[in-house]
Amino acid sequence: MDTTTATQPELPVTILRPAKGWSAINLGDLWRYRELVYFLSWRDVKVRYKQAALGVAWAVIQPLVTVLVFTFIFGNKANLPVPGPIGYYPLLTMSGLLPWQLFAGALTRSSNSLVHNSNLLTKVYFPRLILPFSSVMAGLVDFGVSFVILLGMMLYYGKWPTWTILWLIPLTLLTVLASLAVGLWLSALNVNYRDVQQAMPFLVTTWMYASPVAYAGDLITGRFSQIVYALNPMAGIIQGYRWALFGGDPPGMLFLISLGVVALLFVTGLYYFKRMERTFADMV
Amino acid sequence: MSDLAIRVENLGKQYRIGAPVERYHTLRDSLTGAMTAAKTRLRSAFSTNGSGRSQDGADTIWALKDVSFEVKQGQVLGIIGRNGAGKSTLLKLLARVTDPTEGSAEIRGRVGSLLEVGTGFHPELTGRENIYLNGAILGMKRAEIERKFDEIVAFSEVEQFLDTPVKRYSNGMYLRLAFAVAAHLEPEILVVDEVLAVGDAEFQRKCLGKMSDVAREGRTVLFVSHNMSAILRLTDESLLIDKGHLVLRAPSPRAVDEYMARGFSQLGERTWTANEIPADAAPFRPLALRLRNAQGKVVDTIRSVEPASIEIEYCLDAPLTGLRVGFHLINSRGEHAFTSFDVDDPSQFEQMGMRPAGRYVSRCSLPVDFLNEGRFIVWMNASSYRIRRYFQDEQALTFTVDATGAPGMHWPEPRLGPVRPRLEWKVEAVP
Repeated sequence: MDTTTATQPELPVTILRPAKGWSAINLGDLWRYRELVYFLSWRDVKVRYKQAALGVAWAVIQPLVTVLVFTFIFGNKANLPVPGPIGYYPLLTMSGLLPWQLFAGALTRSSNSLVHNSNLLTKVYFPRLILPFSSVMAGLVDFGVSFVILLGMMLYYGKWPTWTILWLIPLTLLTVLASLAVGLWLSALNVNYRDVQQAMPFLVTTWMYASPVAYAGDLITGRFSQIVYALNPMAGIIQGYRWALFGGDPPGMLFLISLGVVALLFVTGLYYFKRMERTFADMV
Repeated sequence: MSDLAIRVENLGKQYRIGAPVERYHTLRDSLTGAMTAAKTRLRSAFSTNGSGRSQDGADTIWALKDVSFEVKQGQVLGIIGRNGAGKSTLLKLLARVTDPTEGSAEIRGRVGSLLEVGTGFHPELTGRENIYLNGAILGMKRAEIERKFDEIVAFSEVEQFLDTPVKRYSNGMYLRLAFAVAAHLEPEILVVDEVLAVGDAEFQRKCLGKMSDVAREGRTVLFVSHNMSAILRLTDESLLIDKGHLVLRAPSPRAVDEYMARGFSQLGERTWTANEIPADAAPFRPLALRLRNAQGKVVDTIRSVEPASIEIEYCLDAPLTGLRVGFHLINSRGEHAFTSFDVDDPSQFEQMGMRPAGRYVSRCSLPVDFLNEGRFIVWMNASSYRIRRYFQDEQALTFTVDATGAPGMHWPEPRLGPVRPRLEWKVEAVP
């Protein structure tokens, strides 16, 4: 009898049972839903500028105005030092803003991703990881625009990038990973504690001043300050960006620490997310 | 085993009462909320004598418990039960929206859920964009959506508005588009929950047609509805769920009968609490619907050979023009017996054209020798023809008719049809 049973092999069998502790990340599932990542990111990008009169111009205005303000206050008034290879304050702050805006935007959006998409969470199944993941990806469009602005500024100031600019690829990847790592933590926490939503703007502003966006990294002196500074993954990433674009001393040690911190946050964030995942639909 | 689409074993889902509905919006709420949450957590940590967490504590509820059943491939299975009985929880578990607390289930094939059509529609995006987005959310591949795109558009009848943001769509257009996408998902297992309650009659017919198509193609359908006539029409077998337990699995007519027998023990009277009345019912406010027997007593069983009456008591908070209050009567096989409104008489309608605000009772007399034996559903309706439906309750009341003494009762055979009139017969011998 067994030989004749025509089991339809193309039908996937799903087993439902109570999730216990660390449920393994279903990579196959994530891969099957890869197009959803694209569609959700595309939706985020599209909707963001849809009813804005200036539309995509906002992606240009935001970084430009920030650079102008910083240049006026920190460059002209406070007269913060600019390292030799960079030369000009607007370049210093724009090269910091580039990864920072990617990080901050991705972090904010991914932290709110589960709560904002609660109507999806409670109605259809898809790997929940897709929500924070796709909201991080949506920031890459703005990043591209900012990058073109920076290139324009570099040409204006007569700074030609060297082959080290290729380092931007792994650096950008690391930025995305860092925001995803923190985003995993915060999005899952946000489901149960809306405090996260309240704390977000404050957290982002504070974090920016703790990162070398408006100043150069070598401004931080003293053993203790340097250790605290190094624990911020964005410190290593931003200094890495500046090195890749303008040369100078590569931030070797600092970069390795950033890498370690990101890896730690990512793995624990993933664990926490997967542990909380099964209650998202009930709690959100 | 291979011809099973779904096998569910001892499935159970436990919820914490209170926690899921809380929402934090302000910082103060968050802080006080976080503190209460911490307190509750502490309390539950101490109250369980170190055994971890309480499983049957007073603050938890089993929405579903010990549910086991199997569904064959290609079967159309109805799921019935009162609101809050656990039907939706069961569908949510099968659709993998939430995880079970205990037990397990095995599902063969892709589950397409129509738990709520239009999930993930974004108001700012156009119809075209939403088809792609919604399709992807429901688990379709991009190529699959492209292949079915024209079919979806044709089904939804919104061709001209494809490039208009859906926020400018009418309610009906929005629903049609949403249903069209979901209906073309072509999953092996389709889960349908109450979608047929929405949209106009024409569209409902279309939806039902699509569902039978799906069933005819040999796909499995789980159909949850409060509409007993739809259940009887579309399913052969049904599960009856009550208070989280699977009470009965039987051929649909029997399950429906059992549901009606146990579901409404309000003894001939139905009253509505404030939160059961939708806000858009105003200024119409239903108060009660009663069944009275020949002696004027409120009962849930009447005799076919005695007169009875159905009365609807309601308040008008403002004067209403063109109002008609009445009901449809449906038997337990889903057959429509009749529809009647209080101003069916044209002269009375003219006289009552404008009803001033106040409290009313509309009373309908059921004649003698009229209804057949069995159970009946009163589907109440208050509307102004072609203007608005103020209120309706598809199952305001159910009652039983006892046919003792009715025509033909000396033969113990069941008679079909909702009515059992005493008609005059003359028998003549023809030479």
